[in-house]
Amino acid sequence: MSTKRDDASGVVVDHRRFPESQAEPSAGQLINPIDNASRRNFLRRTSTLAGGAFATGVSLADAAPLAIPESNQGFGKPIPEDDYGVPSKFESHVRRRRTDVLKNRQNFSDWSMTPLQYQYGIITPNGLIYERHHNGTPDIDPAKHRLVLHGMVRQPLEYTMDDLLRYPAVSKFYFLECSGNGLTDWTKAASTTVQQSHGLLSGAQWTGIPVSWLLDEAGLLPSAKWIAFEGADGAGHTRSMPLKKVLDDCLLVYAQNGEMLRPEQGYPLRLLVPGWEGNVSVKWLRRIKVGDEPWHFRSETARYTDPMPDGMWRQFSFEMECKSVVVRPSGGMKIRPGMNEIQGFAWSGNGKIRAVDVTVDGGVTWQEARLEEPILDKCLTTFRYRWNWAGGPAMIASRAVDSTGYVQPTVQDIAKVRALAGFVQHNNAVFPWSVSAAGEVKNAIA
Amino acid sequence: MRSLRLALSLSAAIAAAGCATQQPQESQAVPNPQVKFGKPISNADIAAWDIDIRTSDGKGLPVGRGTVAEGKAVYDVKCASCHGADAKGGPVYGTMVGGVGSFKTNTRVLTPGSMYPYAPILFDYIRRAMPMDHPQSLTVNETYAVSAYLLNLNGIIPENAVMDQNTLAQVQMPNRNGFIVDDRPDTKAVRCMANCK
Repeated sequence: MSTKRDDASGVVVDHRRFPESQAEPSAGQLINPIDNASRRNFLRRTSTLAGGAFATGVSLADAAPLAIPESNQGFGKPIPEDDYGVPSKFESHVRRRRTDVLKNRQNFSDWSMTPLQYQYGIITPNGLIYERHHNGTPDIDPAKHRLVLHGMVRQPLEYTMDDLLRYPAVSKFYFLECSGNGLTDWTKAASTTVQQSHGLLSGAQWTGIPVSWLLDEAGLLPSAKWIAFEGADGAGHTRSMPLKKVLDDCLLVYAQNGEMLRPEQGYPLRLLVPGWEGNVSVKWLRRIKVGDEPWHFRSETARYTDPMPDGMWRQFSFEMECKSVVVRPSGGMKIRPGMNEIQGFAWSGNGKIRAVDVTVDGGVTWQEARLEEPILDKCLTTFRYRWNWAGGPAMIASRAVDSTGYVQPTVQDIAKVRALAGFVQHNNAVFPWSVSAAGEVKNAIA
Repeated sequence: MRSLRLALSLSAAIAAAGCATQQPQESQAVPNPQVKFGKPISNADIAAWDIDIRTSDGKGLPVGRGTVAEGKAVYDVKCASCHGADAKGGPVYGTMVGGVGSFKTNTRVLTPGSMYPYAPILFDYIRRAMPMDHPQSLTVNETYAVSAYLLNLNGIIPENAVMDQNTLAQVQMPNRNGFIVDDRPDTKAVRCMANCK
């Protein structure tokens, strides 16, 4: 069912697989890396063949005549009159999943997470981009949607979606990460998979228009310094943003990865704030109000603030600082001795990724990984490191450096300067995976 | 010699062109097309949408009033099923009462009473987002009343207090001075490559 490379060459195999009996596998059961039959094959071959099989990647044990595949012997599925393509049924385990480590007792103000362990390349498919809503997903008719821009401007303005689509457009690649990403795994290994530990992260190409154009059109008054953005959802979700950032690079986005926004990503219109915590990229955007001070809304006081020593809270901590994570191999997978490419993503809300280092010995020694083009500002960057696993226990992790020179910290580094108490946001710490002698990969944060 | 000079000048030209094409990639600025497709709208026509409150001083609070007792009546009907009796936590959400003084312990209890720096956050948030199954359905007076009830349950205002467009912003919240502005980067990790532990 899953892709297998039963050539005993040590290529990572079967880690993509779910047990077929589990239509909705729970957290701890997400991945059954090697089914029993294949494990038996592997053991038989490794015991009957000398070490030479590892070296050459050639297995003689599987010698059997190839049959002509059924797919070669008949019609394929005809092309339908119209269609919206979906992944192969053999990939049905690749799902966005609601949080199940910290389980909310309702699923309106809740979140679902991107399966990073199955993401290849820096673009998250639209159906897998993480969700974080505060009162569910509204279903908005674009013909009825309105955007209003008012406050400290010379002329309040109203826009239809048709109006906004008439402007020349820009498309940009940016990551989007929730500030709560990783909040369950600061000091204990609560998550099993990287989807659970890091899945409030996605990458996309966003298309829309700079907010600054509309602000110019309305005419900012000299007193303008902060801007409130408000959603048309049942939470009326609202955040205050400093004018400087809004003028710098914020976009009014209507399309994503080649098509109009998905409803759960803010259809028909959202704000996209490059590099900043996802919460400020207000979805279902209906109103922009210009002011001279922040509003101090609930979502920027009681929530989305960081506990600090002496009972204090850090406010308006917008930037998502430089971070990286190994997505393959990662928690719940099983690897084989030999070549295993360590693959992952690095990103920074403060610029480009300059370097990523990888350790396989728990942080005693580090080696520089290869960064794969494109390396873009405030965007996911792929890193790769070829690891020849000899078979003993190992601990792998990645550490990113961004274009400001900032080095991704460890949890211990962060704990020195902040209070890790309760529901803590902005976890950009180095994240380790342990590999047992048997090849089982587990969350090793401690 | 001549061809070498030509080659050198060509490569210089290519290098210069390369720089020129890279420049726009580095810049975030996309030229403003100077077109205007927005339609003027009057403040009167925006009124129903203009619900934000600047919570530090209550700017934007509408005229109205509500008492603690009125708030309890609204709360028991429209809020208690999720948040529990007396806002002590219910089947869906945890407590909205207490927590003052907990921030210096390892278990910080976040409630409107312990966390909000400004009381008008209650009005702004309740009006825009509560009750979750029917947000923006409470009247202005009901919203003041529920705000008053929650403040009273947290021991911040007395039982006979009346919350309105003036009094709500005057309430002194315990966490008024509990915030610092972002001062990151605050970590000082170094890029050690060998013998790091």
